[in-house]
Amino acid sequence: MLSNPPSSLSFLEGSLLIVFQGKLTLLRDTKTDGSFLVHHFLSFYLKAGCKVCFVALLQSFSHYNIIAQKLGVSLTAAKERGQLVFLEGLKSCFDVFFGEEQHVGQTNPLQFVSKDGSNLKTMYEFVRTSLMASGSDSWKCPVLLVDDLSVLLSLGVRPVDVLDFIHYCRVAVCSQLKGNIVVLVHSNDDSEDEENELVVNSLCHQSNLILWAEGLATGFCKDVHGQVKLAKAFSLLPMLP
Amino acid sequence: MAALATGGATPSDGATSFQRKVPASSRLAAIAGTRPSVRHGQLLLSSGLPSLDCVLGGGLAVGTLLLIEEDKYGIYSNLLFKYFLAEGIVCGHNLFVASAKEDPADILKELPAPLFDDVHKNQVDEKETAIKSKQESQESMKIAWRYQNLPKMEVSPAASARFGHYYDVSKTVSPELLKSIKWHRFFLPEEMSLHPEIKTCNMTCGYTRLLQSIQRIIYQEGFDGSYPQNKAIMERVTNLSDTVVGLESFIGSERETNPLYKDYQGLIHVHQIPRLNSLICDVSGTKDLAFRLKRKQFTIETCAGSSQCDTFI
Repeated sequence: MLSNPPSSLSFLEGSLLIVFQGKLTLLRDTKTDGSFLVHHFLSFYLKAGCKVCFVALLQSFSHYNIIAQKLGVSLTAAKERGQLVFLEGLKSCFDVFFGEEQHVGQTNPLQFVSKDGSNLKTMYEFVRTSLMASGSDSWKCPVLLVDDLSVLLSLGVRPVDVLDFIHYCRVAVCSQLKGNIVVLVHSNDDSEDEENELVVNSLCHQSNLILWAEGLATGFCKDVHGQVKLAKAFSLLPMLP
Repeated sequence: MAALATGGATPSDGATSFQRKVPASSRLAAIAGTRPSVRHGQLLLSSGLPSLDCVLGGGLAVGTLLLIEEDKYGIYSNLLFKYFLAEGIVCGHNLFVASAKEDPADILKELPAPLFDDVHKNQVDEKETAIKSKQESQESMKIAWRYQNLPKMEVSPAASARFGHYYDVSKTVSPELLKSIKWHRFFLPEEMSLHPEIKTCNMTCGYTRLLQSIQRIIYQEGFDGSYPQNKAIMERVTNLSDTVVGLESFIGSERETNPLYKDYQGLIHVHQIPRLNSLICDVSGTKDLAFRLKRKQFTIETCAGSSQCDTFI
């Protein structure tokens, strides 16, 4: 039941921290909005003391911050502590198109939207450097959170490049740093968006856990917003109640 | 309690401690035609159609994107577009009109004329008395008692309401009002230059001339910029928009002759409502919404037809 997401997902929380290291979690939504899962994971990892890199392509910082406050976390404070690295996609895109020239050696992670031949490599570099332990901070495992991956396709990135980006991130975050990746994608059974379906299908095969939020097949209901399916949760089995 | 009530009602007594410290006009309300949302605190803007505002949770939040899926021939969706522009004019906002098909100046000329409170009130009064007399005559018939409590999407305008206005689609906006506002235009055919620098390196001269000649004819004769909707693109645009509303007109569909829908011109589907500053969105309880184009007004109502359907099935 989605009516109260934070507490209802709590059965996952313990297991996610203990068992889950070096894993890719896919959040998938169909006929509903799965962003509540993103908000949940963001506040959950921040509360757990993980170092989080949040690639927020969909909404503004204030939106995420207000919701996080409702869930008991302050993003502003987390940013100041150095626990959270927040990439605000809407702002970065604006800077690429209309902003002043960047300083040398400081490339905008979203430079690829300018179609000047640059690709997702700058974004990957951004993720890697922001999650690298600088020695002084004592955060737990690093986490990469993306909301949402489908936006990259809308920005004109080829599906192959999106998959490459995730693969590179898995190597850097999951394998080297023993951290986690959480990614949101949209999907639809009768979708004609072949590029998006390609990305979703490939990610389903690569991920270690899939949380699939679906709207009710019977249509709108006042009390229940939808259902969540858990797939490929083999590693969680011993921890589940 | 009684003393408090009278104290509140007549402030001249002065003794009450329940006084508003902040003046009623806050900083946000200073912008004409807007009001802060009760739910998420964002500033709301009227879509120009109060019944649509009601469906969308009070109005459009400033800084969000509303996507309107066209009906089959684009008749009614165009009307929504015009309502929004007209609302901007009445509130004294600056307009930016971009178009690929019709000249922006022509679009502005055809906007509906605003109905100001005094005019509209008379009409409402007339309507109400008409309804009353009708009700009296039908008082003995209580068959439709179930529908008496149906929420009406259309709220009749209070004299003091400054948020959302009503328009008369049978009249166009007066040129004086148009002159009073500042607007900017973008018209696609104007922006494309007539003599583009075609790289001639790989093309023979004759071929370039042919292309230019075809282009010239297209310019002179005009062209239809519409193309069939691509479903994949629609999905992506929907995901990127905040509010998505679709119109489905009955023209050409079998519902046109269905007696259940005889009062309406089509259905309106609210596909998406933004989640602003919260986990959930304002979902209106009713999903059966239909629109009706009367002689002067376009309104959105709860579809009585479908609730009748429920009862009989």
